[in-house]
Amino acid sequence: MPEPAFLFGQFVGGLTAAMFLFMIAAGLSLIFGVLRILNFAHGSFYMFGAYLAWQFMRWLGPGTEYFWLAALGAATGVAMIGVAIERLLLCRLYRREELYQLLFTYGFVLILADIAKIVWGTQQLSVSRPPSLSGSFEIFGTTVPHYNLFIILLGPSIALALWLLMHRTGVGRLIRAAVLDREMLGALGANVGGLYTIMFGVGSFLAGLGGALVTPVKSIIPGMDVEVIVEVFIIVVIGGLGSLWGTFLGAFVFGQVLAFGILIMPRFSIFSVFALMAIILIWRPWGLLGRPLSR
Amino acid sequence: MINRIPWVLVIFLVALWVPWYGSRFYTFLATDIAILALFALSLNLLLGYTGLVSFGHAAYFGIGAYTSAILMKTHGMPFAVSFPAAGLMAAAFALVFGYFCVRLTKIYFAMLTLAFAQIVWAICFKWNDVTGGEQGMPNVPYPDMSWMAAIPGLGGLRLGDQFYLLVLVLVALAVAALRRIVSSPFGRMLTVIRENPERAEFIGINVRRYQLAAFAVAGFFAGLAGALFGIFNRGVFPDFAYWTKSAEVLIMTILGGMGHFWGPAVGAMVLTLLNQQITSYTEYWPLILGSILVILLFGFPGGIVGALVAAGRRLTRRGNA
Amino acid sequence: MLELRDLHKRFGGFSAVAGVSFELPRGSIMAIIGPNGAGKSTLFNLITGHIPPSAGQVLLAGRDITGAPPYEICRLGVGRSFQRTNIFPHLSVFECIQAALIAHHRMGRNFWRRSETLYRAETEALLHSLGIADKADSPAGALSHGNQKQIELGIALASDPDILLLDEPTAGMSAAETHETIDLIARIARERGLTLLFTEHDMEVVFSIAQSIGVLHQGRLIALGAPEVVRADTEVRRVYLGERE
Repeated sequence: MPEPAFLFGQFVGGLTAAMFLFMIAAGLSLIFGVLRILNFAHGSFYMFGAYLAWQFMRWLGPGTEYFWLAALGAATGVAMIGVAIERLLLCRLYRREELYQLLFTYGFVLILADIAKIVWGTQQLSVSRPPSLSGSFEIFGTTVPHYNLFIILLGPSIALALWLLMHRTGVGRLIRAAVLDREMLGALGANVGGLYTIMFGVGSFLAGLGGALVTPVKSIIPGMDVEVIVEVFIIVVIGGLGSLWGTFLGAFVFGQVLAFGILIMPRFSIFSVFALMAIILIWRPWGLLGRPLSR
Repeated sequence: MINRIPWVLVIFLVALWVPWYGSRFYTFLATDIAILALFALSLNLLLGYTGLVSFGHAAYFGIGAYTSAILMKTHGMPFAVSFPAAGLMAAAFALVFGYFCVRLTKIYFAMLTLAFAQIVWAICFKWNDVTGGEQGMPNVPYPDMSWMAAIPGLGGLRLGDQFYLLVLVLVALAVAALRRIVSSPFGRMLTVIRENPERAEFIGINVRRYQLAAFAVAGFFAGLAGALFGIFNRGVFPDFAYWTKSAEVLIMTILGGMGHFWGPAVGAMVLTLLNQQITSYTEYWPLILGSILVILLFGFPGGIVGALVAAGRRLTRRGNA
Repeated sequence: MLELRDLHKRFGGFSAVAGVSFELPRGSIMAIIGPNGAGKSTLFNLITGHIPPSAGQVLLAGRDITGAPPYEICRLGVGRSFQRTNIFPHLSVFECIQAALIAHHRMGRNFWRRSETLYRAETEALLHSLGIADKADSPAGALSHGNQKQIELGIALASDPDILLLDEPTAGMSAAETHETIDLIARIARERGLTLLFTEHDMEVVFSIAQSIGVLHQGRLIALGAPEVVRADTEVRRVYLGERE
């Protein structure tokens, strides 16, 4: 039996990873809820958030408080890329079969991956933590960096902010209507196209923010796009696609299973997550908090 | 007039003649195209016939390649055993993964196939003892082709040329089987499912079971293609199961045209030739692939064969008028 | 033939079907009427297994089929058409019917026969009896709405059902087409000895062929009986027939 302090360390590590993934998964789930498009390029947006943050830090001065500005700038930049893709190209495919939309976003995974290689090369890049959060503290015998604590707190804050957006604003009312019944939304006379663009922008922003904030914890490498899209997908399957709290729960469970799975199968901890997903697919194919899809 | 010519037979005969053209390079290209054509045709059983979008078809290609390589290199088994074993192993994995995938509808299905393919890639990448890990398994032996010497005219050929002829015949047989399957009652049921799964269910079709069967059959043929490719490539590497490989075969299928049986084979040929041309200028092949895909989606959703068929129809209509 | 026992379906807090029971004798023709949203389509989906009921039972010839998957219920001799036309649009009319016959004869597991050679005579006979033999080679999706409804009927009949459920078989048809379709349905039902359960908004059609009528309102059967009885029912006049006058 491992030390309790060690187990607590694993727990905190899993929680930090979970909150990053929640940010990204929430964006994916939000876009899906409104547009009914599963954006494969969401992982690429995450990767671009990371690269842009690195780029901005190089210009603004590495290792400074400008990190926050860089992160926000990167997320905004990614949101702009997302909006441009949606407005210029994707919106022309809404009337076509689902298959074409799916393949379209897939095509952009390939395109964006190579653009990143062309601009930033293939070597590992990293960004240091902002000075204000470079310290750490000790709890239950585990050293927790301040930055990780910040992420652990940021996750629920984003969840809460999204919940407020959905339930306390006019846009939120439209979003919820869109999730339930798209035709009704058009009948209400809402500007559906505008709503789609906003949602795509917000979702992309979250992916970009996740990518930018992950840079002090993980190095930036090609391939991080596909790695993250698979992880995020597993999370939404576990939690239930389209459900905010389901996504939150899914991310939490994913982080913990991965963190403790590594103790059982050091090299193949990802299998524990797949096993969990398989069980959920058999038991509740619509996820822990999702709703069964009507046929 | 054009329709009267047995095109498939003509192309097969031309392809048979390639080794006597005498260029190593052309034999190399022709082998590559033949194998990838089988791979793309196997994907189209899902994509074009059953209406299932798999983003992880390379998993079964990779499983086939590793199975055959491990049997031939590590265990010294003959090709006659390892080749069918590769298909069966790929089909077995497809059955297991597919069991979960067909529980999900379109978009989720696509995502889950990708997730499973990534796990296959991760296993190949990390399981050093069996798969050779990151280094893969180089030097997969050629099958024993000494029996070819008994056939007049084949004895003097280079090993690569002999292997090409073996590939060509095996691919032709596999493709003939696939062709037979799509025009069988089973194939018709798949088409019906593609057209309207809800209605299909209510003419008494167990939709999920048929989708799973199609998934396994497609996996089987992808596994055969993988086994051939591993030998042709003189080595098997984790990249075989990587998601970019899945993307490549998907784009071949759409480029050629998923609405026509031969479309994916045409796509495999065009994309392979294009790859040969382009990689001498740029290393950014995925960028080209992605751009081709996006252009196709907007401009030519029917692919090359779809566009040709439409053009042909326009011509005959004008001719009749 | 078909019996429903206290069938319920709740979606979240909303009761779409709230305790429907009736029995349909073999060879009889019954219509379910009711305003939009009364739960007619949900009721059909419960009987045919497209959605599982929250409570209650469905019995087919005395056998409990509650919660069985659609393909199994179809194999047990239930045919159905859908409210929104539901065919195989890119197949030819001939292929649509032929495919349904292949499925019915459980030939779908065969990997080797050539599907186009199968059940040609049966397909043609069915197309003739539906009066669409001349359209056999056209793509099903390119035909008129009325023809598509006929194809759908053909697909349902191909599985040689004992009981046929038709959801709004004349929806979107002109008066002439409606007449023709109803005559066709009545003739086929008679020839094959079918039990028929259908929903319909056209009261003239309902009262012309139904032997019994159930009136569904907010998920409940508020009246059930012979056409004259239902027509005279004050409750029915108030909630439903009254609206139309």
